[in-house]
Amino acid sequence: MPATADDIMIDKVRAIVDAHRDLEGPLLPILHAVQAEYGFVPREVQPAIADALNISRAEIHGVVSFYHDFRDAPAGRHIVRVCRSEACQSMGGEAVAERLLARLGLDWHQTSADGAVTVEPVYCLGLCACSPAATVDGDVYGRLDDETIAEIVEEVRL
Amino acid sequence: MSITIYVPGDSGALALGADKVAKAVASEAEARGLDIRVVRNGSRGLYWLEPMVEVETGEGRLAYGPVKARDVAGLFEAGFCDGPTDHALSLGDPEEIAFLKRQTRLTFARCGIVDPLSLADYRAHGGFRGLEKALSMSPAEIVAEVTESGLRGRGGAGFPTGVKWKTVLETEADQKYIVCNGDEGDSGTFADRMILEGDPFVLIEGMIISGLAVGATKGYIYMRSEYPHAIDMTEKAIEIARAADILGPSVLMSGHSFDLEVRVGAGAYVCGEETALLESLEGKRGVVRAKPPLPAHKGLFGKPTVINNLISLASVPVILDKGGAFYKDFGLGRSRGTIPIQIAGNVKYGGLFEDGFGLTLGQIVEDIGGGTASGRPVKAVQVGGPLGAYFPPELFDTEFDYEAFTARGGLIGHAGIVVFDDTVDMLDQARFAFEFCAIESCGKCTPCRIGAVRGVELADRLKAGVDPENQIEIIRDLCDTMHLGSLCALGGFTPYPVLSALNHFPDDFRREPRREAAE
Repeated sequence: MPATADDIMIDKVRAIVDAHRDLEGPLLPILHAVQAEYGFVPREVQPAIADALNISRAEIHGVVSFYHDFRDAPAGRHIVRVCRSEACQSMGGEAVAERLLARLGLDWHQTSADGAVTVEPVYCLGLCACSPAATVDGDVYGRLDDETIAEIVEEVRL
Repeated sequence: MSITIYVPGDSGALALGADKVAKAVASEAEARGLDIRVVRNGSRGLYWLEPMVEVETGEGRLAYGPVKARDVAGLFEAGFCDGPTDHALSLGDPEEIAFLKRQTRLTFARCGIVDPLSLADYRAHGGFRGLEKALSMSPAEIVAEVTESGLRGRGGAGFPTGVKWKTVLETEADQKYIVCNGDEGDSGTFADRMILEGDPFVLIEGMIISGLAVGATKGYIYMRSEYPHAIDMTEKAIEIARAADILGPSVLMSGHSFDLEVRVGAGAYVCGEETALLESLEGKRGVVRAKPPLPAHKGLFGKPTVINNLISLASVPVILDKGGAFYKDFGLGRSRGTIPIQIAGNVKYGGLFEDGFGLTLGQIVEDIGGGTASGRPVKAVQVGGPLGAYFPPELFDTEFDYEAFTARGGLIGHAGIVVFDDTVDMLDQARFAFEFCAIESCGKCTPCRIGAVRGVELADRLKAGVDPENQIEIIRDLCDTMHLGSLCALGGFTPYPVLSALNHFPDDFRREPRREAAE
């Protein structure tokens, strides 16, 4: 019988688990690696991780659902994370974020219909002396203003 | 001979365009046929001047900032490689900039100066002297030196580091661990990030010394996924240290084994709480553990564990190098040594200011920080992150000291200070404190899990002007329950920002009833 897409994915995840097996407390590194591979942690692979680590599926689900970083569905091609913490608030971050969301036509946690971009809140990027701050696919932006917003919008529409 | 030009690779500088500046410097030098070497140093912490470019000249290092990519050609034109210039961005000798000159840099002595990944630079600036000394001492002697220094937990709890180490040293086990809490999630803080991006070897050195002191052979650095650049630098630094036999089976040929691993969190603020962090390291949900048992007795995987804040561990090398008595000489009362204060938010001169404990809040905000960036009056200053209290200017005589802040209903936390001007609505800030607690609660204890949600509802009713006196009474009662009944600081300290906002800015909590649409 030919291997299904799920079978291929599960084989790959088994290889990820094997690569991390010697670590103490390997689950978070494994989940990070799975997410790096697929952009999210597919539900279909969770039983395979549970089997390999000899823990229950419920435990895996508990961990995946506990941490804000782990997704259960793919994100957009670009991920914009805008800081909503106090230091950024003090520099008008909320208003800047509203303008960015309006220009993208999105609300927090939403992905654009064309799959280009997901916008997420983040609580502190450690850029508090150059706030308001955001990241686009990990690249950092400080002192956000309308000019930087335009730059970000331009970048994520590609 | 090639000319050395420093362009910071610190995230704060990158956020302001440092990569573009570095690229412009390289291409401009090439176009001019100049032989230059670009070093991506950390930041000195003067963020209003970032990206701050420095050039090694015959007259020492000279700084320019804030430099944009479009300024680079002009700097070469002005001859900035040859010596002092009268370029508009010229800052002269960076060490003479008042913000930097006033500081006492012990933990951050090298940050922003050295190439963060150069062991030669690290040694040339006093690196590994503490470790070499520690290797000639007994574990009990190392612990005694740290105890003598008066060093207390820089994460905010302020527990004496020496006492913690002594407990782990005296606990028998086949395996012990050193865990670095680098889960720097408090808004207004970036000291950990600056060390990891600007001088990662100092943390590695501190953790090895800690391992020698308590008999641990393995260490974990728990970091935030929100700090990708810092993770990258730390992993590189560990590789370099391993290749140089600083980490591994025989630290500096001493026969002592110690190795390190970076572990990355997954966006959970509560994992900055030490027991939640240990759960997370074990691969579980970041749920807080009840204490006892203390981590020093039963910590990571049930083994005796030193779990210290990153800045505490990064302060250990200088303590071993110069002695506990030297370190203890700085500070006041029971707060000894230096504290890297992070001045952030709506402030003119934002950045990192390391000094002995004892500056007043007013000195920090007004003299050093220069007041607000917006030029408007300061209304409130939040000290110690999202669980820290809001201080009005009337309390600016509070000295930066663990006990002084506790006495005024606050905490110094990880020493982050966020300045707000008079446009801030303190009811909104109180609501945010509850909202943040609701988002980040681990869910184990009821006061935090449910209380935070009820708090948001109460704030919303206040905002709508519904029966304010009654809501305020319930908020006070709720804060009492959360403060006394929560398992950890997340639920337990959320009342600090809420009650300080309420007590110092009562007018913001009493709104006119919102008019009905039908009116």
